[in-house]
Amino acid sequence: MTTSKYDLVVIGAGPGGYVAAIRASQLGLKVAIVERESVGGVCLNWGCIPTKALLRSAEVGHLLNNLEAYGFSADNISFDIKKIVERSRKVAKQLSSGVSHLLKKNKVAVIIGSASLKKKSGDEFNIEVFQEDEKYLNLKSQNVIMATGARAKSLPNIVPDGKDIWTYKEAMIPNTLPKSILVIGSGAIGIEFASFYNDLGVDITVVEVLDRILPAEDIDISNFALKSFVKQGIKIKTSSMVKSLKTSKGKISVQIETAAGSEEVSVEKVILAVGIIGNTEDLGLENTSAEVSNGQLVVDKWGATNEPGLYGIGDLVGAPWLAHKASHEGVICVERIAGVENVHPLDTSNIPGCTYSRPQVASVGLTQKLAEDAGYKVRIGHFPFIGNGKAIALGEMDGFVKTVFDSTTGELLGAHMIGAEVTEMIQGYTVARTLETTESELLNTVFPHPTLSEMMHESVLDAFDRAIHI
Amino acid sequence: MPIQILMPALSPTMTEGNLVAWLKEEGDNVVAGEVLAEIETDKATMEVEAVDEGVLGKILVPSGTEGVSVNAPIAILLEEGEDVSSIKADIQSTVSTNPKSLQMPHGENESLVKEDVLITSDTSRDDKNGLNPKNFSTSLSTSRDNGRIKASPLARRMAKHAELDLAKIVGSGPNGRIIKADIDQLLSDDKPSEAVVSKPILERPDTLSNVNYDAIPNNGMRKVIASRLSESKQTAPHFYMTVDCNIDALNLVRKELNEKVEGTKISVNDLIIRAAAIALKRVPEANASWTEDATLLYKSIDISVAVAIDGGLVTPIIKNAGAKGLQQISSEMKDLANRAREGKLLPEEYQGGTFSISNLGMYGVKEFSAVINPPQGAILAVGAGEERPIIKDGAVSAATLMTCTLSVDHRVVDGAVGARFLSVFKGLIEDPLTMLL
Repeated sequence: MTTSKYDLVVIGAGPGGYVAAIRASQLGLKVAIVERESVGGVCLNWGCIPTKALLRSAEVGHLLNNLEAYGFSADNISFDIKKIVERSRKVAKQLSSGVSHLLKKNKVAVIIGSASLKKKSGDEFNIEVFQEDEKYLNLKSQNVIMATGARAKSLPNIVPDGKDIWTYKEAMIPNTLPKSILVIGSGAIGIEFASFYNDLGVDITVVEVLDRILPAEDIDISNFALKSFVKQGIKIKTSSMVKSLKTSKGKISVQIETAAGSEEVSVEKVILAVGIIGNTEDLGLENTSAEVSNGQLVVDKWGATNEPGLYGIGDLVGAPWLAHKASHEGVICVERIAGVENVHPLDTSNIPGCTYSRPQVASVGLTQKLAEDAGYKVRIGHFPFIGNGKAIALGEMDGFVKTVFDSTTGELLGAHMIGAEVTEMIQGYTVARTLETTESELLNTVFPHPTLSEMMHESVLDAFDRAIHI
Repeated sequence: MPIQILMPALSPTMTEGNLVAWLKEEGDNVVAGEVLAEIETDKATMEVEAVDEGVLGKILVPSGTEGVSVNAPIAILLEEGEDVSSIKADIQSTVSTNPKSLQMPHGENESLVKEDVLITSDTSRDDKNGLNPKNFSTSLSTSRDNGRIKASPLARRMAKHAELDLAKIVGSGPNGRIIKADIDQLLSDDKPSEAVVSKPILERPDTLSNVNYDAIPNNGMRKVIASRLSESKQTAPHFYMTVDCNIDALNLVRKELNEKVEGTKISVNDLIIRAAAIALKRVPEANASWTEDATLLYKSIDISVAVAIDGGLVTPIIKNAGAKGLQQISSEMKDLANRAREGKLLPEEYQGGTFSISNLGMYGVKEFSAVINPPQGAILAVGAGEERPIIKDGAVSAATLMTCTLSVDHRVVDGAVGARFLSVFKGLIEDPLTMLL
């Protein structure tokens, strides 16, 4: 059996792992990356990217259904769910081979297989790589980054079977379009699937255990989103829990405990989207002094575990479960390993979050409530899509931009947006926060007219009682 | 292309310096390595050497200019075939108007004051609405732009609210940018050491306005003395312990050494340095510094010795004094003191140190209490050796006594530790043969 020696071995080739490997190679380290499925990880193959392809199809469908508003008419509009899924898979595949190419270009050794850590010899990790349960390779390295990601969490009484009860993975590749779906969980993943299937005409019910949907967002966003989805025909039950599921003759009968009492819903499929849990198993972590707690690998702000030379990044080490967070952690971790000067830990307060439903949701920083709870005296800015020329021209008049400022220092504490294309706009506020601008610089920035981004300016103006177009 | 000669940074902390004198004139030929000018920093005067060869085309900052920002162009070097006309006009104009003149005529004090006001407003650009175009344009036109302080807008505003001087804050952001976290850090620290609260004295008290005086601009050294010693007295809880040392035996040993060993001239001060070094070796707890997180016990004994120089003082360091013999201490001290008086010390020769000695015996001072040289934990103030009556075995007799006072930072050195140090020190001074080992 071959044994190869590396400066760094990365386990898992998702957006955390492959970015870390490329950065390490740029810094002159000899790097190998081990991946058990497909390069690109969940993000590229089963998450961010293929769902965006699906949602794009849903958006096209929505436009087609409203053609008259734009002066068009069409008959016999139809779609084929198989072709929609096919397109989504093609997009994922194209990007995955793009990442393979990038890794190759950067001279990263890509090893397909499952990796497991054995006892260390001195400072050196021994990593065994298996293919179909056959050991076929030994790797040696002083540094190992665990980037194995996470998978959908189950509930004690609801375990996905891949047939009737889906996780995101099955929900992404349906053979046929179900007539009705119950979505459990109203975070970004649940809401995106609810929005997608609803736009394709599926009867959707969303159950959320907390008192509002998109519970991580600002409460104004949650309330607006609720109204918007209800208007689109989605049934939403907040403060509710699924008590039991019974499958018979292709129908699932679901017992839901709501604030008003118990009720029964009959659906064709269930999508479980109640969060994710780290892939900590079968990695040989028990052969190290690294600690696993609550399904997460425990690391410090640099990604270091208790075991010298062993690091963890991305979903494996905890929330926020976002590809861009994993990539940044990977870069920081590698730069620390390589001894790059002036590396700063990731500022988790400045990671934007996006939900690509219709309407879209995007936010960065503190919600109004969190800011007030933290003791800030806040100034709030608010600007609706209906006041924006471009929004009206697009026919996208639902939504608003909310900004939260510290009234003492003028710091932009947070920004919260809902409506068309807000996911493309949130970076403006993120850059502003990274550069630590105050309202003064934002007020003095010229935003191009006519764009949706003008609302970002108006919202800041509004926070300082200077809004023009409202 | 004409080469700009920039104001060099002589130490990592240096942000500005004084251009003392040009040693070359415009039109002079210059070879690489030749000394062009003398620059004065906090405590030392250094020579600026030419890196390239050519003709000194234009001096942008004249001799005797104070407060020249690091990296500001100070002259233009012309390469072969170039003449003065190839120097861009804008380079000349931006710089020559910048620094304040060292020899400031009395009547120009007003303008100095005004300039300081502008610099203050440079760090702040807001009013209640967060907008102040007036300040904006003012700040852009201030001469301070050359030495622009990198700070985020939020950090600037927070610093303004907290009345912190950005110039004294070390930024932790990209390229040393001062960011919110730096201000938060300073505000959460109780020690105002780095963030010296700046309430610039912009107006003279009215009562003084009719009194005649000469305003001597504070040079770098004056400012450092002022800020460091204020910091010391305000943050380090000083206490003092005094002993009288009989130096009759010490004088005898010294005389003998100097007579018997050719070319040796050991001074009393050299013996004091040696005794203090040995005492610190035996009482290492006295060789310490306070920090918020930990008391630092130094592994090396580096003794700073105060040397009076024109316009102030410097504290050159006898490094690793614990491992050095008398002769070595003596010759090093002579060299350091000479170069200190000429302003030729290298920054590393006076920055640092773990313990200080200040000796005013040569001025006939009987005893005094010195201010601790931060971040050190103690300083020994040495008075003059003089004949005084002593009572020994019930009889009055004469002896040469030298009074030494130890100032101690009580955060790191307690009374008993200080007393042990002094008692070991006194023992060595009074029985000098024991320190020759």
